[in-house]
Amino acid sequence: MSTISRDEVARVAALARIDLRDDEVDRLAGELDVIVDSIARVREVATPDVPATSHPLPLTNVFREDVPQPALPVEDVLAAAPDAQDGRFAVPQILGEE
Amino acid sequence: MTDLTRLPAAELAATLAAGEASSVEATQAHLDRIAAVDGDVHAFLHVSADDALATAADVDTRRAAGEDLHPLAGVPIAVKDVVVTKGMPSTAGSKILEGWIPPYDATLVERLRAAGLPILGKTNMDEFAMGSSTEHSAFGNTHNPWDLSRIPGGSGGGSAAAVAAFEAPLAIGTDTGGSIRQPGAVTGTVGVKPTYGGVSRYGLIAMASSLDQAGPVTRTVLDSALLHELIGGHDPRDSTSIPEPLPPLVEAARQGALGDLSGLRVGVVTQLQGEGYQPGVLARFHESLELLTKAGAEVVEVSCPHFEYALAAYYLIMPAEASSNLAKFDGMRFGLRVEPQDGPVTAERVMAATRGAGFGDEVKRRVVLGTYALSAGYYDAYYGSAQKVRTLIQRDFDAAFAQADVLVSPTAPTTAFPLGEKLDDPLAMYLNDVATIPANLAGVPGISVPNGLSDDGLPVGFQILAPAKADDRLYRVGAALESALESSWGAPLLARAPELG
Repeated sequence: MSTISRDEVARVAALARIDLRDDEVDRLAGELDVIVDSIARVREVATPDVPATSHPLPLTNVFREDVPQPALPVEDVLAAAPDAQDGRFAVPQILGEE
Repeated sequence: MTDLTRLPAAELAATLAAGEASSVEATQAHLDRIAAVDGDVHAFLHVSADDALATAADVDTRRAAGEDLHPLAGVPIAVKDVVVTKGMPSTAGSKILEGWIPPYDATLVERLRAAGLPILGKTNMDEFAMGSSTEHSAFGNTHNPWDLSRIPGGSGGGSAAAVAAFEAPLAIGTDTGGSIRQPGAVTGTVGVKPTYGGVSRYGLIAMASSLDQAGPVTRTVLDSALLHELIGGHDPRDSTSIPEPLPPLVEAARQGALGDLSGLRVGVVTQLQGEGYQPGVLARFHESLELLTKAGAEVVEVSCPHFEYALAAYYLIMPAEASSNLAKFDGMRFGLRVEPQDGPVTAERVMAATRGAGFGDEVKRRVVLGTYALSAGYYDAYYGSAQKVRTLIQRDFDAAFAQADVLVSPTAPTTAFPLGEKLDDPLAMYLNDVATIPANLAGVPGISVPNGLSDDGLPVGFQILAPAKADDRLYRVGAALESALESSWGAPLLARAPELG
């Protein structure tokens, strides 16, 4: 019995913008239990008194002078795009209707 | 004449510097070797013969003109396909990037090119570096040169197999949970994960940004040190890059090879041995400890009680960061674009159709898992709790490094398993990385050195871990172990690998 339902998998896949086939939703519903097991394991020791570490080495903000640097040539970048027009990326319509 | 493909990089570099062979000859010898054996091994996704020979010819010209060249100038190299290379395909093993030609070079690739290393091509890998066997590549399996029916490790199985099969003397790998060190162990090669921030991540196609690190894949410890010094050091384009200079790594490797480890304390991690480790793996591990003792090191046992939680924390942090990093593959600016089969063609629906068609099973699994862990209401409970385990693992490392100069373990619990064996069991696959993951969570450096064959005749690796920014210790201890092992064997381990082709 999996803890994470098919509906939950479908909802998360929609958030992640991935079209899944029905058989993929079925398989993932079973496999995502790994996350439930992982969290149970981690909770054994992740008590409130332990601070979280986001990053392996201490980080400080990095500043630099705001000096313009040459950008990549537009034609090189657009050459790798699925579609381009007038020196820009051409994309499908952003909103659902005109 | 010497077979140029058999020489370690340092010896090939010396041969080139002495004028006994040209870089064009060395590069062509490796291209010929690739043509002869890569049909069986399939280490490469793309071979860039023209580019490599042009670089080699340029180095030969500059050498003839008496120019002062980098020590590795003219020595060819293979690059994992997750590292972007200008004008050369860079797919990260994914259909979603098939045919994409990056408009820029990663910083480490710029450094390779500036030093005159001919780039032979791009090596196979698990899609977006997600896997431990290279079976999750969208472009077919890579085969272990020791036994073609077995996995070469992963995710960097292509780089490790290329070096083990004498298709390249040097390669670049990346390591998020063990993807340099575990392939090294199962192919009988050397692999190094530098300190986090030690090598620029600019131009690496990111999986988990707080864990990813690029590093060397070679046949000898000295070769790794030479390559590490070339690609490492500060890069203003990576804000997590360490500003201080690298410690002297090549010098540490040369010092270590002299074989004197007096005064060094070696900590054996209690939690990284025993249950789940093959008897042959443990037997080689204990023999190597004896060699370190003979070299003058003192072996102590250290306990890192929270390492048992590392795998669980890793499988919360890594998918969460990957789901965020892989959001850029949206079919808008580069790579694949797929339109939905029916209904309106909107950007949002094109993204979902593109990602559904372009991502493989393991990538979908991890992105969905990570999205779940980061979705509203779960962030603190999942990602936040895993980050606390990270603190506990760092504290374990701090306590262990107060008792020992380096920590050691087997690199991987088993030798190379047969292709297909663990493909349908993600949890069994993940267990391969149990000994390598703690280093990524804490950001400390690690090396895998081949230390013999298990009872099944397949290679085994010895892992050495050092404190952050003390990568030189890996090279000192690694070179001492390598030298002691090779004296006892009379030849490098790879001399015992079966002939290919």
